[in-house]
Amino acid sequence: MKVIYLDHISGNPLHPQVKEAIIDYIKKDGFGNPVSQHSIGDAATEILEDARVKVAQLINSEPQEIVFTSCGTESNNHAIKGVAFAKAKKGKHIITSNIEHQSVARPLRMLSQMGYNVTSVSVDKYGMVDPSDVEKAIRDDTILISIMHANNEIGTIEPIAEIGKIAKARGVIFHTDAVVSCGNIPINVNEMGVDLMSIAANQFYGPPGIGALYISQKVKILPLIDGGVQESNRRAGTPNMLGIVGMGKAAELARAEMPQRTEHLLKLKKTIMDRLGTIDEIVVNGHPEKSLPGLVSFSVSYIEGESMMMMLDEEGVSISTRSACASGSLRTSHVLIATGTDHATAQGTLVFSYGIDITVEDIDKAFEALRKSVAFLRNMSPLYKKE
Amino acid sequence: MQYSDVVMDHFKSPRNVGKIENPDGTGEVGNPICGDMMTITIKVKDDRIDDIKFNTFGCGAAIAVSSMVTEMAKGKKLEEAMKITNMTVAESLGGLPKNKLHCSNLGADALHKAITDYYARKEGKGREAKDTEKVEHIGKRKGKCYCPYCETGLPEPTPLCTRCGKPTLQSIADSATTKGAKKK
Repeated sequence: MKVIYLDHISGNPLHPQVKEAIIDYIKKDGFGNPVSQHSIGDAATEILEDARVKVAQLINSEPQEIVFTSCGTESNNHAIKGVAFAKAKKGKHIITSNIEHQSVARPLRMLSQMGYNVTSVSVDKYGMVDPSDVEKAIRDDTILISIMHANNEIGTIEPIAEIGKIAKARGVIFHTDAVVSCGNIPINVNEMGVDLMSIAANQFYGPPGIGALYISQKVKILPLIDGGVQESNRRAGTPNMLGIVGMGKAAELARAEMPQRTEHLLKLKKTIMDRLGTIDEIVVNGHPEKSLPGLVSFSVSYIEGESMMMMLDEEGVSISTRSACASGSLRTSHVLIATGTDHATAQGTLVFSYGIDITVEDIDKAFEALRKSVAFLRNMSPLYKKE
Repeated sequence: MQYSDVVMDHFKSPRNVGKIENPDGTGEVGNPICGDMMTITIKVKDDRIDDIKFNTFGCGAAIAVSSMVTEMAKGKKLEEAMKITNMTVAESLGGLPKNKLHCSNLGADALHKAITDYYARKEGKGREAKDTEKVEHIGKRKGKCYCPYCETGLPEPTPLCTRCGKPTLQSIADSATTKGAKKK
């Protein structure tokens, strides 16, 4: 049975050309360390810098502003701790939002335990941050604003350019977690006015375990991983060359194919929205327009998400749920709670995230399975009143 | 998948789904906020569970637990059925993931409540018994609430523990908090 993979937000499948690029590199005996001064080292440096240029082009930055990391989580940690430690003398106040990924929220919690002050601005029912709330939160000792570009659970795209203007006017460093948006929607770091931006390759058909942090030339932050001259002293450690080769290729393809990809994703999104409209008592989460093309989050009343996920899995459809029961930590999604969703509705939340490898037929098959499982589980639910 | 084959079997083809019309006893546990809610209805004949059905809102474990407890109880004498515990249900399912043992494993509680309800009705107390039951709905609860992760009682009823943020338990709140209090 062909598995219909609708969990792209957890990681996209590799683009065939990315696979090829990585295999080519291995076949060419790619083992050189870019730090080495001999010819084999130089060859590796050339490949490393070529990938850096491609990632830089994807976000319209200078190549030397790209630092390769191990993943989006490392990039977020690096940005936040790097600024906090570098600017501690200037101040200890940081502004963030209520819907950040754990890789932003947890480092901030750690910093707050270390004596930093964190202000977290709330969001509206669509998960949208109000830039004026951010402006109001700025104090004399504010050193960093960290607001995500697009939310990984509901897809809402935040008004980053507006917040960027405010940050610039007030002289505060601005970081955005663009892990789920970068490579999927156009990004221009200059227009957005960001100083730091987190990127992960597996969100745009590159390999998992490789990411990047954009660090504007204008800001100085401390390294998270120390002890080597790699990445111009900003990230020590032997670079993950296989990952970097793959990420460079994926960035190049994302930039070239973005218009076609977006068109395809929007077609799938419309199909999903149409199909959702035919099932009773479903709420779509996130902003109706300002949202990622490749993700739809919705809550099915009277049913719990993990049981839906399991039934769909049996039917060969892989999706993710934001139900607390399936989260491992048994914690209700903080994003859904922040948007004002009640706990019971949040329990029935599914996320369909898809990509260029998914067809309208796949979506139809997924809905066949969804319809079946919703009917089956609602019939079993004591909350559902059959009229 | 984290579940045993027996759990998956009961999840995929649950036994005794539904609601008995005019039941002799009804038992309801959990609440949708915690993520799990079960209603068990029974028909009793000659002190035996003649028929039993369940409705469940919850995760895969909760559905499998409900299905298993109805299968275990069906045809049993009432006093025997009262001996079924959450733990024996979990054992019959080939075990449950540790984090599900607390929140989803409420089948025996629902069964016991249905049987208690049957006895209460027989004694002519009718549905009044509901208000004196040990397990209450979150809105009605004034007293204690228990977090199985922190292993402490909470002063205010809350669906999520104020310390760790994980779901609290309503059903074993009374016994557990009393234990906690004794320790102190």
